[in-house]
Amino acid sequence: MPALESTSVRDGWRRFSRNRAALFGLLVIVVTVVVALGADVLAPYDYQEQHFEGLTLEGAPLPPGVPFLIGTDTLGRDLLSRMMHGARTSLIIGVVANGIAVLLGALLGTLAGYVRGWLGTVIMRFTDLMMAFPVLILAIALAAIIGPSLWIVALVIAAVNWVQVARVVYTETTSLSEREFIEATRNLGASNARILFAHIIPHLIPTILVWATLGIATTVLLEATLSFLGIGVQPPMPSWGNIIQESVSYFTTAPWLVFIPGAAILLLALSFNLVGDALRDVLDPTQRGRT
Amino acid sequence: MLRYLGKRIVQAILIVLGITIVTFLLVNLVPADPARMVAGRNASADTVESIRQQLGLDQPLPVQYFAYLGNLVQGDLGRSYIQRIDVSELILARLPATLALLAGAIFFELLIGLPAGIVAAAKRGKFADKAIMVAAFSGVSAPQFVVGLLLLYVFAFELGWFPTRGFGGIWHLVLPALTLGVLGGGWYARMMRSSMVDVLRQDYIRTARAKGAGRTRVVMVHGVRNGILPIVAMIGLDIGIFMNGVVVVETVFGWPGIGQLAWQAIQRLDVPIIMGVTLVAAVGVVIGNLVADIVSPFVDPRIKIR
Repeated sequence: MPALESTSVRDGWRRFSRNRAALFGLLVIVVTVVVALGADVLAPYDYQEQHFEGLTLEGAPLPPGVPFLIGTDTLGRDLLSRMMHGARTSLIIGVVANGIAVLLGALLGTLAGYVRGWLGTVIMRFTDLMMAFPVLILAIALAAIIGPSLWIVALVIAAVNWVQVARVVYTETTSLSEREFIEATRNLGASNARILFAHIIPHLIPTILVWATLGIATTVLLEATLSFLGIGVQPPMPSWGNIIQESVSYFTTAPWLVFIPGAAILLLALSFNLVGDALRDVLDPTQRGRT
Repeated sequence: MLRYLGKRIVQAILIVLGITIVTFLLVNLVPADPARMVAGRNASADTVESIRQQLGLDQPLPVQYFAYLGNLVQGDLGRSYIQRIDVSELILARLPATLALLAGAIFFELLIGLPAGIVAAAKRGKFADKAIMVAAFSGVSAPQFVVGLLLLYVFAFELGWFPTRGFGGIWHLVLPALTLGVLGGGWYARMMRSSMVDVLRQDYIRTARAKGAGRTRVVMVHGVRNGILPIVAMIGLDIGIFMNGVVVVETVFGWPGIGQLAWQAIQRLDVPIIMGVTLVAAVGVVIGNLVADIVSPFVDPRIKIR
């Protein structure tokens, strides 16, 4: 697998852009990022304001219409504004939690694959163990025990998500370090640090990039699930998961409060999956796993 | 073969042992005092202290762990702090519901995933293929609680075809099992497609076509028969994927399985139940992986026994 260079980037983009589903995913991600960054300016209302005219005379939330485009929630708050701020929460967790997971996984995977010996064995047996762990029960138990907050949720997700990255990076590192050019570099007298940072890690970057993208999809779903169960992001901070959690008991009368955020979660996770999958095809046509 | 089998079983046992250690350490992070929870809010400090001794919670952690492991080997998972019932009894009572749910989920994922994968492979590169693959990706990207709520809304509330919640006959099972099956179906569509694409590339497929067999016949008879086995051999791996969904789906549908039990226990920090369910779920996953490891080489000789 070649390291990233400018010509291969251009060539890769050409192949990536032929995949229309992936382009659609990229568009969704860009729009979500813009909305999340500009939520303070773009949102039509204050996301916390409980509008008097945001409820019917009977006190029920308003369905999509004018002036509240996608309706209001059970407290008369504008759903669109809440969704825009919720996008921020989803992306923060997606990037932070998954970033920690990818760093940790890549570090442990490279270490185990390069050093091997007893340390490598211990690390890889530990990932085997984590693979058999019922991840969600673990995450829920951890979040419930430590007490929910944005950062705890991110940490819990990171603690769960690093395993897959570690395994992929491990496999890649072991096969890399057996290749002739690494052997040649070593014979020329390069130190371990130099071999690792100058020769092995650059070759790992495409793989890590793919798994970082796919991992965000998992992270977005896990955050939504934890928030839906009430142990994720806590109100008043809106997240797509906790918007659903707050309104789930009214979902027969106010289905838009559940299904609009639900569709947003699906769309964002789908987009990261589509882009990650296309990246994998572009960066590494030989590797196709079960994600 | 026997050596391979023995090695795999030893590995599985070691993994389960590791899981007991991790679970044990994890729940000991709980800031809440279990002795206080057992004793109740109004108990005196003396009572709490005597309960702590009774439960062995005053012992050092390694001692507590080995006591726990000793009981575990005898099938004793401890007692619920709050319900004062043996955890093994609670789990056994809930297990049939979860197993029924898993069976239903496997049925639906195969029903959805296999035909979708076969059609996608047969129409490789065409619109149908692309549409099916995006649908499969949507299946694996959909939050399960949203899928569950959507199915509930459409088929239970609007159409009234299925009961809304709870446990009962086969009709109660359909929607929760389908919710899990949507996720698994997405995986299966992708795996079935790639397995079929491999098979359809083989020489004997070209020979069959050259001898005048129709395209449909080649795909259905030669392709499916060879493409399906390696996929079905991996059903054991599904348990790992489903165990995560079980908590959410059982909560959404009020399905009285071990996922709901775990969720109730987590809310009340009933540690022995959390540990028990985690362990039972993990053992299920390990057994599922073991079965897939053992079955796959028989079914697909290309997989080497190591």
